[in-house]
Amino acid sequence: MKILVCISNVPDTTTKIRFTDGNSRFDATGVQWVINPWDELSLTRALELKDDPASGVKSVTVAHVGGADSEPTIRKALAIGADDAIRVNGVASDAYFVAGQLAEVVRKESFDLIMCGIESSDFNGSTVGGMIAEFLEIPSVSGVSGLKVEGGKVTLTREIDGGKELVSVPTPLVAIVQKGIAKEPRIASMRGIMTARTKQVKALEPSAIEPLSQVVGFELPKPRAACRFIDPENAGELISLLQNEAKVI
Amino acid sequence: MSVLVYTENRDGKFRKPIYELISYASALAEMMKTSVTAVSIGQVEESELKKLGTYGAGKVITVSGDAFKIFDSQSYTALIAEVASSTGAKVVMLANNTTGKALAPRLSVRLKAGIASGVIGLPVSTEPFTIHKRVYSGSALANVVVNTPVKIITLMQNSFDLHEKPVAASVESYAPKSVTASKSVVLDVQKQEGKVLLSEASVVVSGGRGMKSADNWAPLTELAALLDGATACSRPVSDEGWRPHEEHTGQTGKIIAPDLYIAIGISGATQHIAGVSSSKYIVAINTDKTAPIFESAQYGIVGDAGKVLPKLVEAVKQAKGK
Repeated sequence: MKILVCISNVPDTTTKIRFTDGNSRFDATGVQWVINPWDELSLTRALELKDDPASGVKSVTVAHVGGADSEPTIRKALAIGADDAIRVNGVASDAYFVAGQLAEVVRKESFDLIMCGIESSDFNGSTVGGMIAEFLEIPSVSGVSGLKVEGGKVTLTREIDGGKELVSVPTPLVAIVQKGIAKEPRIASMRGIMTARTKQVKALEPSAIEPLSQVVGFELPKPRAACRFIDPENAGELISLLQNEAKVI
Repeated sequence: MSVLVYTENRDGKFRKPIYELISYASALAEMMKTSVTAVSIGQVEESELKKLGTYGAGKVITVSGDAFKIFDSQSYTALIAEVASSTGAKVVMLANNTTGKALAPRLSVRLKAGIASGVIGLPVSTEPFTIHKRVYSGSALANVVVNTPVKIITLMQNSFDLHEKPVAASVESYAPKSVTASKSVVLDVQKQEGKVLLSEASVVVSGGRGMKSADNWAPLTELAALLDGATACSRPVSDEGWRPHEEHTGQTGKIIAPDLYIAIGISGATQHIAGVSSSKYIVAINTDKTAPIFESAQYGIVGDAGKVLPKLVEAVKQAKGK
């Protein structure tokens, strides 16, 4: 079994978000770029599966759509333990474009299990995984918080509103993963960092796919009013404010 | 031409997020000078289907059959896409919940319809179709222009008020022309009965490391129950295993938008705020007056969770006469 883990390159989650050029563009000055947190968990689970000989997982490849400036993030994924990487050299203009490119990667290299994080921490679309599956006309399972592979057979735990379901789905499939899929993201070892330098990053030119939407500008939310402090000895006052002033209870 | 809404039912009933969807769709349909059609899949009684008319759905299309007993994103997508095409839908709307997130992207590809996911308000304009969407995990909004003739929208729960606009809903059953057979097999289902869902709750009471131990949760749970709310927690708490990971709210956990979020013993790291910043009111209780959570809160108490919580429980009991 071959696993493809799709990764997105996002600003470190502690980044103070700013825009430039009349709020039309993200201000990347001084920003640290990282693997999208859900994709990092997804990669961790894929590698755990590969470590288990009973899984039948033979290789873990990472794929990314972006310019050459995203190479450090791809190298990080290789240092954590992915076998090789594919970068589609395009601008990730919308989810449809990105998913279309990744679907092409799957068509060319035929993977059995495609893993995507539930969303990226920058665009928060929750869309790329499902789109890849529809482009390829294969099953997708969303909200996956548990993934088992035994002898190439895949069972998934998916979160449903108010519960969980255990499902078995034939390959090839797209697993769209969320919190719970792996406990902690795996960290690159020194040896991993050294060997990552010799691993292959294949660069592909993008296919002709027209985006369906575009971001024309950004706005920062209005700052909230200053916090009103209530004496801890008189906590009851809070309840009356919530009842009579805010009217939320 | 219409705004088509997928109205998911749970055990044959529609819940509040579905009525929010219909309320939103009615307002959108007015902007676009069209009407609202709902599509319901599975067994729902006619009286329940007609309730969708209360919020402005003039037509309800209902589909049932064994093929749709299991939620399979492929077969559901094929069906909703077929209904969208046959009704000439201009906009297809879904809730931004687990189901919506599973179906909306597939529908986008199938209908070649641009998507705006997790929206929190009506479009700024319909020509061109421009809509606000939360990005950078709630730190900003993006203005998204959707260029395609058909658009897909998923609406964030609790972000659009219910608005009654009664019409008599006509109910039509629909037999799909083609059915995509499900390839998935459900092996087991675990449901939490009777609990208020975190994603749907109007009030959320959440605990952080300041709760000090898993054994101290009883008053927090009691406060949540008294307020008909759900319980949540911060990431360290779920990582420690004090609470199940389903309760983790924050950037990598659940993103919620309740009317009231009470953060107890939570310092308010950027990643936590990202998951709760859309709440209408945030209350913070923390021993450290300089904790960043107070920057996001409208009401705050500087104090120890163990001492403040019982007082809040008492005050709510008195206020509600319980």
